[in-house]
Amino acid sequence: MNVHEFQAKQLFGQFGISVPRGKEILSPEAGSAWVAELNVPVFVVKAQIHAGGRGKAGGVKITKDKAAVPGLVKELIGKTLVTHQTGPKGREVRRLLIEEGAAITKELYVSIVVDRDSGWPVFIASTEGGMEIEEVAAHTPEKIIREAIDPAVGFQGYNGRNIAFALGLPAMEPVIVNPFILMLGNLYRMFMDKNAAMVEINPLVITSDKKLIALDGKVTFDDSALFRHADVQQMRDLHEEEPLEIEAGENNLNYVKLDGNIGCMVNGAGLAMATMDVIKLAGSEPANFLDVGGGATKETVAAGFRILLKDPNVKGIFINIFGGIVRCERIAHGVIEAAKEVKINVPLVVRLQGTNAEEGRKLLAESDLKLEVADDLWEAAQKIVKLTGKAA
Amino acid sequence: MSILVNKHTRVVVQGITGKEGSFHATQCKAYGTQMVAGVTPGKAGQTVEGIPVFNTVRDAVKKTQCDTSLIFVPPPFCADAILEAADAGVTLIICITEGIPVNDMVKVKRALYGRDVRLIGPNCPGVITVDEAKIGIMPGFIHKKGVVGVVSRSGTLTYEAVHQLSTLGLGETTCVGIGGDPVNGTGFVDVLALFEKDPETQAIVMIGEIGGDAEEKAAEFIKTKVKKPVVSFIAGITAPPGRRMGHAGAIVSGGKGTAAEKMKILEAAGVRVVKNPAEIGQAVKLALGR
Repeated sequence: MNVHEFQAKQLFGQFGISVPRGKEILSPEAGSAWVAELNVPVFVVKAQIHAGGRGKAGGVKITKDKAAVPGLVKELIGKTLVTHQTGPKGREVRRLLIEEGAAITKELYVSIVVDRDSGWPVFIASTEGGMEIEEVAAHTPEKIIREAIDPAVGFQGYNGRNIAFALGLPAMEPVIVNPFILMLGNLYRMFMDKNAAMVEINPLVITSDKKLIALDGKVTFDDSALFRHADVQQMRDLHEEEPLEIEAGENNLNYVKLDGNIGCMVNGAGLAMATMDVIKLAGSEPANFLDVGGGATKETVAAGFRILLKDPNVKGIFINIFGGIVRCERIAHGVIEAAKEVKINVPLVVRLQGTNAEEGRKLLAESDLKLEVADDLWEAAQKIVKLTGKAA
Repeated sequence: MSILVNKHTRVVVQGITGKEGSFHATQCKAYGTQMVAGVTPGKAGQTVEGIPVFNTVRDAVKKTQCDTSLIFVPPPFCADAILEAADAGVTLIICITEGIPVNDMVKVKRALYGRDVRLIGPNCPGVITVDEAKIGIMPGFIHKKGVVGVVSRSGTLTYEAVHQLSTLGLGETTCVGIGGDPVNGTGFVDVLALFEKDPETQAIVMIGEIGGDAEEKAAEFIKTKVKKPVVSFIAGITAPPGRRMGHAGAIVSGGKGTAAEKMKILEAAGVRVVKNPAEIGQAVKLALGR
């Protein structure tokens, strides 16, 4: 789960990491009131969307003029920002963060993720703050510092010193070194305590009065651990999510919307991905990823149909079920029942394999549903592509 | 011969009185697996399909000499269950549970480090040695005794590959699901090493997917250490970056972990990479010169 920058900064604050004084703002009036209270030389107005690249897209405004703030709020709220992470449709801005400006002398980069190979949390740090870390890694990999943390004992002083010296911080700003190491420890504590999947401060700035401030932050949480964190769950912003994905989630279905026009419904995540791939190989594009789970039932199949058919791009549906514990004749019943409830007005290809596949296929063939049955994966993919036409 | 499990393996099921646990314990027993014990705290004295239930894994080990644990415990309590099994002296732990918090697995993996215990999974279908022991949730009947070792990050996609191998008459030795989570107990490399040493296994199918670098690590290993033919399919060539595709570990992040890149690296290591998942079986047949 992703959260907004202002929410990430609230969490940083709770864990003793300095952030600019700021507030979530929803209206010009609230903006005026807040800048009057802040009363600082420079104000920063930042659009809050779950995507990077806001600055380049015109989503960040800086002003010294208090009176200009309500106008900037009016301009940004309701505006659609198109960044390299939003896709061409962009994302509508619904909330802003207004905070004090900082006098920056140096920008650093710090993040923590779990290294999947070792299973240890690892700090990634760089002197190239303010840039995208992927770019830094691609062009100047020597400027990326990695420090793995032993999860048995957690963050130690030496981990902090390793990072600080590797960044050249003692030579750059000696008074900053100890606060920097303390801050890294706090960030590690936040990462573990809150079950984050990633925490990133970019840039972490050193100000002209030698303070360390998290000027921008991004936090992603482990969905599997949200049950432990009621406070984090409350930070979820449904406006930032695809409506069909929200509906799928409510039905315990795993759905990701894509741009093609063949809707697919599959049991199991790996097979669902493989099904998308085989649609592409056959000459078209998948409209979605949809895993109905190992135990597909009439209810899950019906919910799947409803979600697929709400996507106007869907020109055909491909159901691919490998019956294991779930028997195919039950799936076939499910498809027949669900198809009665949900009007299906696009071509449908059903491929059943595994437990009792023969019986399942027979049931489908004998039903009065308009569909094609297949037993082989490749044959099924070619059928649905033929029925819907190749991708433009 | 086979790897990891065989007809002598003695299994304890943690979470045996739950819906999933009791159903699958019954199925595994019907396949012929030695299901000797179950554990559910507070339910000692009960039986499930004739399998005695104990309060703790320690009791189960003492009374039944079980050496392998199959875990169906719900995610919030699963790290605890894995550590309990390890502490009780079980040497193989197969964890089916999906949705364990990653940071729990970080701690579990660290705690198991250097100990004489292997964890398979979590979030996996389990391990089956054909006609000897089924320790997991896979449908037993699709398997056929044969010569191909299968290792995979996926569930139903593995069944798909197994079905092809069985239909073509090649059959399998052991099939291992290593799971779809970002932090797991056993990776491709460990299983590949076991298959390479197993005299019955003549070819290996490795099914990977987007995310992480387990396939890249496997390629490095195969290049120098694996003489047997390896056929591989990587799911997710059509997956968009930054989106989690069902499995917690199936995500392309920061441009890393794409299917195309993995395929390229595996091919360079001499692996026969198939782009069409319907052709896995045929590719193995060709590799074996049959």
